[in-house]
Amino acid sequence: METPLTQHISFDRPCYNLRDYEKNGGYQALRKALSLSPESITGTVQASDLKGRGGAGFNTGMKWSFVPMNGHYPVKYLIANADEMEPGTFKDRMLMEGNPHQLIEGMIISAFAIQANISYIFLRWAYKKAGRLLTHAIEEAYAAGYLGKNILGTGYNLEMYLHTGVGRYICGEETALLNALEGKRATPRAKPPFPQVSGLFGKPTIVNNVETLCNIPHIINNGPDWFKSLGKGNDAGTKIYGVSGRVKRPGLWELPMGVSMRELIEDCAGGMANGYGFRGALPGGASTDFLVKEHLDINLDYKSVAAAGSRLGTGTMIILDDHTCPVGFVHNLEHFFAQESCGWCTPCREGLPWTEKILLSIERGEGRSEDLQLLETHTRLLGPGNTFCALAPGAMEPLQSALKYFREDFEKHIDQKKCPWR
Amino acid sequence: MIAQERLTPEEMAEIDHEIALVPMRRAAAIEALKIVQHHRGWISDDSLQAVAGYLEMSPAELDSVATFYNLVFRRPVGRNVILLCDSISCYVMGYEKIYGQIRERLGIGFGQTTPDGRFTLLPNACLGTCDHAPALMINNELFRDLTEENLDEILDRYH
Repeated sequence: METPLTQHISFDRPCYNLRDYEKNGGYQALRKALSLSPESITGTVQASDLKGRGGAGFNTGMKWSFVPMNGHYPVKYLIANADEMEPGTFKDRMLMEGNPHQLIEGMIISAFAIQANISYIFLRWAYKKAGRLLTHAIEEAYAAGYLGKNILGTGYNLEMYLHTGVGRYICGEETALLNALEGKRATPRAKPPFPQVSGLFGKPTIVNNVETLCNIPHIINNGPDWFKSLGKGNDAGTKIYGVSGRVKRPGLWELPMGVSMRELIEDCAGGMANGYGFRGALPGGASTDFLVKEHLDINLDYKSVAAAGSRLGTGTMIILDDHTCPVGFVHNLEHFFAQESCGWCTPCREGLPWTEKILLSIERGEGRSEDLQLLETHTRLLGPGNTFCALAPGAMEPLQSALKYFREDFEKHIDQKKCPWR
Repeated sequence: MIAQERLTPEEMAEIDHEIALVPMRRAAAIEALKIVQHHRGWISDDSLQAVAGYLEMSPAELDSVATFYNLVFRRPVGRNVILLCDSISCYVMGYEKIYGQIRERLGIGFGQTTPDGRFTLLPNACLGTCDHAPALMINNELFRDLTEENLDEILDRYH
């Protein structure tokens, strides 16, 4: 089984410096890419069927193809979205701490493909170690001529800057991220215009997730057919999957895209911890719908997870065990979303705190029977099409599925006027 | 409005470096707030006015940015800031017990500072280390796999 993203990652030693990375084939893909036309790189990435690994799952090459390439735009930007803040998600931290040059090489190739001359890594404040390693790796890349003016004598120029955010979940939304980079409140922007045409400071901009960008050197080296052959079912490539919660071995694994949920939980994570039973899981971070026992054999690719009523999201799974109150679990999620709402649009700003309060009152045994109806109404009012961005609809996903799969637990709280778990 | 406080030459030099990287002065607002907070511990009204003046923004506009972000402190904080993750994986793995122990040990809840100024305790969204939950950060240091046993030893390292 091939594991291109993690083949050079080991936490038993320091991460590769530039020389070690080069010895192991590093920056060969960049050399190859610089000999190709930008359009052909975009074509290769599009043909590989690489989909965005940040949660939305859009074809990466297609996203790039919307950037104007007619020479009328002297300033364009390429941004790595490293603002990993989806609760339960910890994969990009591993990629950056484990092999920072892989991300940098992927960014240079991607920037060349859209002919951007300025690139940013938008890094979460909390990722201190990644920040140190990336700062050093960027310096090494400049010194080696992979960044700066006239890269490897090709006449192509690229600057790269590390920007560390100051903490807001909404910064991960790509248009909000652009506002944050411009020094403003990170509220999302109306689309259209899309960032590919009018992004950072009004210039054409591509924002890609860290894991997405880390795939690029491997696709350039090995071709789109190789990349497609890595996937098991509907989707191409490998995926960094994760499991957290009460399992024997929480962690991250690079696996063929489309591995089954059972394989991930039982083989990789070792199954449930002693004394704990499985009740459900959020397959791709806090803003995905619950999957339950009947879904254990589905494949974790975009299409199959969607067919089961959820989303692959970030691919990092959070387990709900049988010792944890589902109402408390969902209350914790909605507390997060209410706190992190940017306040721009009314349904999200007002609806999420209301949802949180209802859940808290149910959890405390003060719930009323009509509260479940009220929560269901919220899942529609805050759903897709009614809000400015995807934050509130995402927040409704675990709630609506909890009301479906764990309804008895909600009712018990209301009937018994207490949380049965406390 | 004239700022009561001025930026130090060191702060100005650092902010100038950030301004040089962006097309307009105000685009350095977040970086400038980070720089001043790094030097002063927090962003007082006077500091805010000084930064706003330097970036040619109104204080109100800069404050709308400062108060938007979780980690720009508009109130004084202690010498050490504890950021305790209260998100879902840490919830499942029992962060509430860790919170209870910190409250008992230090006598402060979320948003509070010990009377001796040693610690401020704040809740923090997912720290992205969910396979080692529960987790917290103190200043720039990450601590994971917290237990009631190792927590005391961690707190003892900070004065």
